[in-house]
Amino acid sequence: MVKRIVVGAHYGLGSWLAQRITAVIIAVYSVILLVMFMTGRPISYGVWRDLFSQGWMRVATLVVAVAVAWHAWVGVRDIVMDYAKHDGLRLGLEVITLLVLAGYLGWTVQILWR
Amino acid sequence: MSSAAAKKPRPKYLSLSALLFEIRLPAPAWVSGLHRLSGALLFFPFAAWLLYLLDTSLASEQGYNHVRSYLSMPLAKLGLLVFIWAYAHHFCAGIRFLFLDLNKGIDLPQARMTSYIVFAASILLTLFFGWRIW
Repeated sequence: MVKRIVVGAHYGLGSWLAQRITAVIIAVYSVILLVMFMTGRPISYGVWRDLFSQGWMRVATLVVAVAVAWHAWVGVRDIVMDYAKHDGLRLGLEVITLLVLAGYLGWTVQILWR
Repeated sequence: MSSAAAKKPRPKYLSLSALLFEIRLPAPAWVSGLHRLSGALLFFPFAAWLLYLLDTSLASEQGYNHVRSYLSMPLAKLGLLVFIWAYAHHFCAGIRFLFLDLNKGIDLPQARMTSYIVFAASILLTLFFGWRIW
């Protein structure tokens, strides 16, 4: 059995693990939401607004949004590291990715707590 | 070194037609490549589009109705269909990768079979939800 350290210099393994854990969180949320929509009342504005006005739904959605952002950061960074060989270009793309994800999260908070 | 490998002319220069038609990627490679492509599409533009739709539909009843009529346009539905496929493929392929990480299904016949299951499941899910929204 190999002892794996997921902190410190082996941060690559930490990212890998974080991507798997966030994947499970996102998958569970997606399936629960889908089942709710398919078995619940037909969606109208009232149903839609009431769902997102509940505290637990707002918090759960924010937690999942953070999980998505984390998951996407690892994934997009993997893509950028594979294809952008020039150091400056790679750094620039990674910064843009982080800014976009931070923007998404800010927008999510704005939508949920209006 | 095997004699069969020694007889092949090397180096082999690849033409565009060779890249397109001669070299066939195995099914697991397609699952992996499409998982990456669908992930990139979900990051941009679909995440931004979904946030815009969520924002508008929750802002007011007027906004909600606007989103409903907007999503009934054929082009928007086509976009939704691509989103559904990207999400379904990313979801199914992702579950396959989680099992591979646990050393489940790593033999070649199994890996190929689960690849075809991922393609079939994501296409069926796309067809089902496409039918639901149409």
